[in-house]
Amino acid sequence: MTETVTIQKKLDAYSIRKQFPVLNRKVKGKPLIYLDNAATSQKPQMVIDALINYYSNNNANIHRGIHTLAEEATQAFEDTRDAVQQFINAESREQIIFTRGTTEGINLVAYTWGRQNIKAGDEIIISVMEHHSNIVPWQILCEQNGAILKIIPVNDQGELLMDEYEKLLSPKTKLVSIVHVSNSLGTINPVKQIINAAHKIGAIVFVDGAQSAVHLDIDVQDMDCDFFAFSAHKLYGPTGVGILYGKKHLLESMPPFQGGGEMIKEVTFEKTTYNELPYKFEAGTPNIADTIAFKTALDFIHQIGKEKMRRHEKELLAYATEQLELIPGLKIIGKAREKISVVSFVIDGLHPQDIGTLLDNRGIAVRTGYHCTQPLMNRFGISGTVRASFAVYNTKEEIDELVLGLQKAIKMLS
Amino acid sequence: MNDDKTIEAVEKEIVEDFSLFDSWDDKYEYIIDLGKKLQPLEVEYKNDDNKVRGCQSTVYLAADYKDGKVFYKAESYAMIVKGLISMLIRVLSGNTPDEIIEAKLDFIKQIGMTTHLAQTRSNGLLAMLKQMKNYALAYKIKNETLIKQS
Repeated sequence: MTETVTIQKKLDAYSIRKQFPVLNRKVKGKPLIYLDNAATSQKPQMVIDALINYYSNNNANIHRGIHTLAEEATQAFEDTRDAVQQFINAESREQIIFTRGTTEGINLVAYTWGRQNIKAGDEIIISVMEHHSNIVPWQILCEQNGAILKIIPVNDQGELLMDEYEKLLSPKTKLVSIVHVSNSLGTINPVKQIINAAHKIGAIVFVDGAQSAVHLDIDVQDMDCDFFAFSAHKLYGPTGVGILYGKKHLLESMPPFQGGGEMIKEVTFEKTTYNELPYKFEAGTPNIADTIAFKTALDFIHQIGKEKMRRHEKELLAYATEQLELIPGLKIIGKAREKISVVSFVIDGLHPQDIGTLLDNRGIAVRTGYHCTQPLMNRFGISGTVRASFAVYNTKEEIDELVLGLQKAIKMLS
Repeated sequence: MNDDKTIEAVEKEIVEDFSLFDSWDDKYEYIIDLGKKLQPLEVEYKNDDNKVRGCQSTVYLAADYKDGKVFYKAESYAMIVKGLISMLIRVLSGNTPDEIIEAKLDFIKQIGMTTHLAQTRSNGLLAMLKQMKNYALAYKIKNETLIKQS
């Protein structure tokens, strides 16, 4: 087995890059080096073509029309649902709900399942490394229903303290909502272990897959999560499309999130009956074009293969870590043993924002600041980091440019 | 600070200074240098009231009113922001509230720093500028009320 793995052909980032038109552009007169992939990935030509093709040849509203265009658009839209079902190995296509993004998926569950099931004195467990979007919806719910938010701490490497987590679990725990992969640190959390422990005491688990879906193999049945949410735009797909997966009995028991067209079966002024899954949660005309193009993004991922992508990104992470650590005064924040291709760092005496501005001046796009994880930054006693995050099209040469850019920035700022 | 020069005249000086640079690196080196030279703000001014909202890197901005003119002092922990503040202070400080409120500040565009003016830009030059104009407006209103009362 090991042999077949080692002889597998390596991914050719240079030819993959050619599929991404934006990577040909220049910024401040220099070739763009895009290292902000954890925020959003760039889009390959085939995804852009799918969008153009939809509007050029198919545009119609879906599900209700009987004309050819409507039927074709409906088919393409529902094809994406099937592709997503396969992508995360969901039990059925009805369990795939289209949303605007991960954030909407979390809010949907907080407003429906949460309002129905969370009572005064109940406890919700999240971790200190959550994105604000996996903190605030639960805070709102706790304020409204009198529940209590409990926080799993992390160690200095940026790994969850699992002993502390187990101590937080109690009969009062109704929900654990946990990020699969940290957007600020890159840490991969042991979600199976977290889910298993929560289920033992009868709590359900929401997994925020915004960062994990593009890097890891997702099998929601094997993971046994109750909800899983992610966003298309971080998987080489268009913005404005998200996926919420839920266990069937939970989705069926939940009240609708929004009222409108599409989500109803019958409407009279006396009583309205709701549509079946997944349409119960998809009120109004959805983001048809972007949802259809998302299937093409999944095709792109399949064509290369997630395993190959992962090996390439792992190589980039190792190389970047090694090269960055050679820079005097640079400290990497988040050194978990299990990490995806994200490197967050600070440099002694320098403000991340200055570094970001000077890197942009050399065409290098990184992210600086809190990364929407203010509590986590407080935990590490810092006001922000510089974050470089790598995708399938990034190369070692780009990391060399990053290092050169940082050395130049340090020289200019000291 | 610029007792005898108009806002436009100082803007023109800055644009001329920048015309000497032919690379972005040079421009930023100059701005960083201005940032380093900006006098640190006294501790008593570093409070929540003086924090500029909308800046990701903490920016403190305080204003004084003397002889009908507004004087600013400010500080940020980010050096480039500090340099940008330093230029804004050089242009606006020492002018009357009306002059400050009316100032178009075209120099920012002319020196190629408009990207720093974007609404969502985390260094929030725009937020800073708005706050400086708000101070001028506040002094103007205060002044007019005092005149009416007397």
